[in-house]
Amino acid sequence: MTPDLARGLVAAALAALAFAAHADEVQVAVAANFSAAAQKIAAQFEKDTGHVVKLSSGATGKFYAQIEAGAPFDVLVAADQATPAKLVAEGKAVPATLHTYAIGRLVLWSADPALVDANGDVLKSDKWKHLSVADAKLAPYGQAARQTLASLKLADAVQPRVVTAENIGQALQFVQTGNAELGFVALGQVQPPDGSKAAGSMWVVPARLYAPIRQDAVVIAGTRVGKAATQFVDYLASDKAREVIKAYGYGW
Amino acid sequence: MNWSDDAQAVWLTLKLAFVVTVLLLALGTPLAWWLAHTRSRWKAPLSALVALPLVLPPTVLGFYLLMLMGPHGVVGRATQALGIGLLPFSFAGLVVASMLYSLPFVVQPIQTAFEAIGARPLEAAATLRAGPWERFAHVALPLARRGVVTAAVLGFAHTVGEFGVVLMIGGNIPGATRVISTQLYNHVEAIEYPEAHRLAAILLVFSFAVLLGVYRLRPQGALVASPADGAPRA
Repeated sequence: MTPDLARGLVAAALAALAFAAHADEVQVAVAANFSAAAQKIAAQFEKDTGHVVKLSSGATGKFYAQIEAGAPFDVLVAADQATPAKLVAEGKAVPATLHTYAIGRLVLWSADPALVDANGDVLKSDKWKHLSVADAKLAPYGQAARQTLASLKLADAVQPRVVTAENIGQALQFVQTGNAELGFVALGQVQPPDGSKAAGSMWVVPARLYAPIRQDAVVIAGTRVGKAATQFVDYLASDKAREVIKAYGYGW
Repeated sequence: MNWSDDAQAVWLTLKLAFVVTVLLLALGTPLAWWLAHTRSRWKAPLSALVALPLVLPPTVLGFYLLMLMGPHGVVGRATQALGIGLLPFSFAGLVVASMLYSLPFVVQPIQTAFEAIGARPLEAAATLRAGPWERFAHVALPLARRGVVTAAVLGFAHTVGEFGVVLMIGGNIPGATRVISTQLYNHVEAIEYPEAHRLAAILLVFSFAVLLGVYRLRPQGALVASPADGAPRA
């Protein structure tokens, strides 16, 4: 190793140390449907602020139970509004930080490129045996799917052919593996973020058929990195983040 | 979610465990007999295959089953060609999956019991002109009865407690694939703790009673550490 290189490395190490001393580590619990987008946003946030973001992806309901039990999360990026609101009401989250970072969009999707038509009329046909839907009690997208079926007056007709997934990730998995021909999933799950055409076939369910899937984020009360956590939650509403959010098929 | 949904899940679980246990005893006993007596070079690979569900995470098994039994998988194509249709999201699919999952819990105790008999009683029977079937049915099986009962009890109990595989391939359909463990999980996820407690208590009491029964049956000792009893380590 040349002396110059060694000096350079030492300087770099010192700079990294100095930097690290000011960097906080933010533990973020993120809803499964948003995890791909969150990874991109977190990487950008780390670059812009120097803080470190640790993402855990999972079901919002599970995170609620874990936060209740004292899990060390600083931020909850939820799949719904109800869970963050509940945490705020219980004094377990910081009210001032609560806001809607994304509005999810529901699609009827099939791995078969020819199955789903532009109006979702396939739901009335017998060209399929199983319709995969996330549990309405556990997943906001499941709830939206149920509302859509009710709006279309198809709820009773399709019920015998519905298979219930425990979350929106499994709803997609049932369709991807071909075990269910159709499924209600999040647009963000099937729409490639580079804007290219999604695989299979899909019908983007018109927003009038279901209540908006508003996804809220909030800082958890009692966090030791409150400033960085608040910064991250605010960052979700920044232009840079919104570009990513939009690319993944969400509105806001 | 009310109690009748839970009752249905309990009933379905018992039905699943019963069917699986009966089928596994019918298929597992000849397999155990073969494993206990063969000198084939396939013995080791087959034993390893039988024991695989003991160490594999159920989600791995469930994931592969979902792929294999799906319309693009080998098993899925076969069942469709036979006119059975696809197995995921059906009671029949759960039976197949549970049989794989509980296989070692049935085969291993029976195999160990057969091995413990040794060659002498069977040779004695042979000198009395007992044929292979008579030696199996009238000598080996009665001598191995404790192993068979242990196998039945463990297979049944293990199927009742199955969760990961059902979660992966079940689709949570009331009356077809919604069993106690997935119902319990749903209660917990939905923050319905009183309902969750009720089902959890049922499972806990049941499991304790089963194990108590098994220990009563074999007062000589440990369930998992005694190779002579043939209980799998899990």
